[in-house]
This record gives sequence, C-alpha cells and structure tokens, in this order.
Amino acid sequence: MLEMIPVDWVWGLIGGLLIGTGGAVFLLANGRIMGASGIIGGLVDGSGRNSSAERIVFLIGVFLLPILIKPLYRPFETHATTNIAVLVAAGLLVGIGTRIANGCTSGHGVCGISRLSLRGMVATVFYIMAGGLTVVLFRHILGVI
Amino acid sequence: MQRLVFAFIAGGLFGAGLFISGMTDTSKVQGWLDVFGHWDPTLAFVMGGAILPMAVAWAFTRGRKPLVGGDFPAPAEPKLGRNLVLGSVLFGAGWGLAGLCPGPSVASLSYGGWPHWVFFAAMLAGMFAAPKVRARLDTAVPAE
Repeated sequence: MLEMIPVDWVWGLIGGLLIGTGGAVFLLANGRIMGASGIIGGLVDGSGRNSSAERIVFLIGVFLLPILIKPLYRPFETHATTNIAVLVAAGLLVGIGTRIANGCTSGHGVCGISRLSLRGMVATVFYIMAGGLTVVLFRHILGVI
Repeated sequence: MQRLVFAFIAGGLFGAGLFISGMTDTSKVQGWLDVFGHWDPTLAFVMGGAILPMAVAWAFTRGRKPLVGGDFPAPAEPKLGRNLVLGSVLFGAGWGLAGLCPGPSVASLSYGGWPHWVFFAAMLAGMFAAPKVRARLDTAVPAE
C-alpha cells in the first residue's frame, strides 16, 4: 500500500512541514509573517529599511541551506527554461504582481490560508488560476514553454 | 541579535523545505498548473504540509507576545480590492511562465544556473518598479 504513494509526494509533504515550521519560528519568535515577496520587496523598494538586517539574514538562510543539504540529497535538476525573454517577462510579472497584491505563495498562500485570511485565499485562487491559464496558453496553444 | 538568529533559523528551514519539497524544480510547479497535461499534485502536499505547523502557530499567538518582544501582526484584513486580484493575476502569469516564485527563486540561486539569476534580477527590477506602477494604477482608476 505504502509503495503506491509516489516518493515525490512524501518529499513534498516533508519539505512543506519544514517550510511551515520556518514560518512558525518567524511568527512566534520575531512576530513576523514569512512572506518571501514582502521580505525581498521591502529591501528593494526601501519600505523595509527598519528591519533590513533581519530580512537579509533570513534570505541568507534561504540561500545557504540548500547548499549545505544538497550533497546529502539525490541528484537534482531545476528544468528552468533557457529562453531569456520568457525568464525576464516572468521575473517582471512576479516582481510587480506580488508587490501589488502584497504577497505571494508563502505570504498569501501558506501564512494567509493558515490563519483563514480571506485575502490570502482569494489571492491564492487567482494566482493559481492565472498560472494554469498561462501554462495552457503558452505550452499547449503557443508552444513557447 | 536574537532576532537575527531566529531569522536565520526561519530562513534556513524555509530554504531547506523548498529544496527538499522539489518546489525549486520548475517542471514540478508547472506540472501542478498544467491541468490539461501531465498533472503533478506534489505542490498540494507541500502547501498542506506547510499550512499545518503555521495553523498551530497562529493558534498559539492568541493572548501571547512574540519571543523577542514587539507584537504579533494585526488580524488579517477582510478587504479584498482590485490590487489584490490584479496583482495576483500578474504574479500567477509569471509563475506559470517560468515555474518560479519569490521563495524558490532565492533557494535555487546556488544550483539552478544562469536562468535562475536572470529570473531573479528581473524579479528585483519588477519589485523596484512596483510602487510606481501601483501609484499610476491608483491615479488612473482609484482602487476601492
């Protein structure tokens, strides 16, 4: 029975629990919501100047831990596109969109839904729908990605 | 100093979780969004796994203060509004195009190769431009 569950789902669940534990530490210790777009965006546009050290140290942790655990893990590929136009357009859309919506997958998705925030749930529905439509359009209709 | 130690622990857990869960693999994220192709439900397990400890943490905040002082975030605002929807649609479109969102874009910088740096730089540029875009949007069509 157990071997019928794809191993990726198990790793997903374990990774998810770690992500949520990180969010719980950030909330219970520092009183902050762990939203990646807010933490990065506050540094970029200067709105988070008062807490910039905390933001930078958090991001160093995000960057560094994969380097430390990667040798223990199975070989890993990210399968990112090498189409520069797609990468630039996607990055701009993610940067502008998350800041206008005030959150992304971690802030609205993980932290918002877990406190039953209506804003978090509505945002999550819209970015998943938009993402789904984008994949349908650019993969199945236009064949770009 | 305490704040920074906890910020590093939180960031480390976040980065490790993003790596282990497979969410820095753009094909798994696009696979989740690709309901008409080879659908990959992994992201739902990641989301569910992450929401569990967070829900416990939110429940624990009631009547308490953060460990290092200060206050917990204000209760979630019920107001929806144009910016929330429009911003999320733009974000979702970019997320679908590249299979990356802000957290995984940082976690994957060390091993994803140059495409991840191109995406990351463009995302920073978008975040830098966002306040101006938002201001123009609000003058053109006042939100709420």
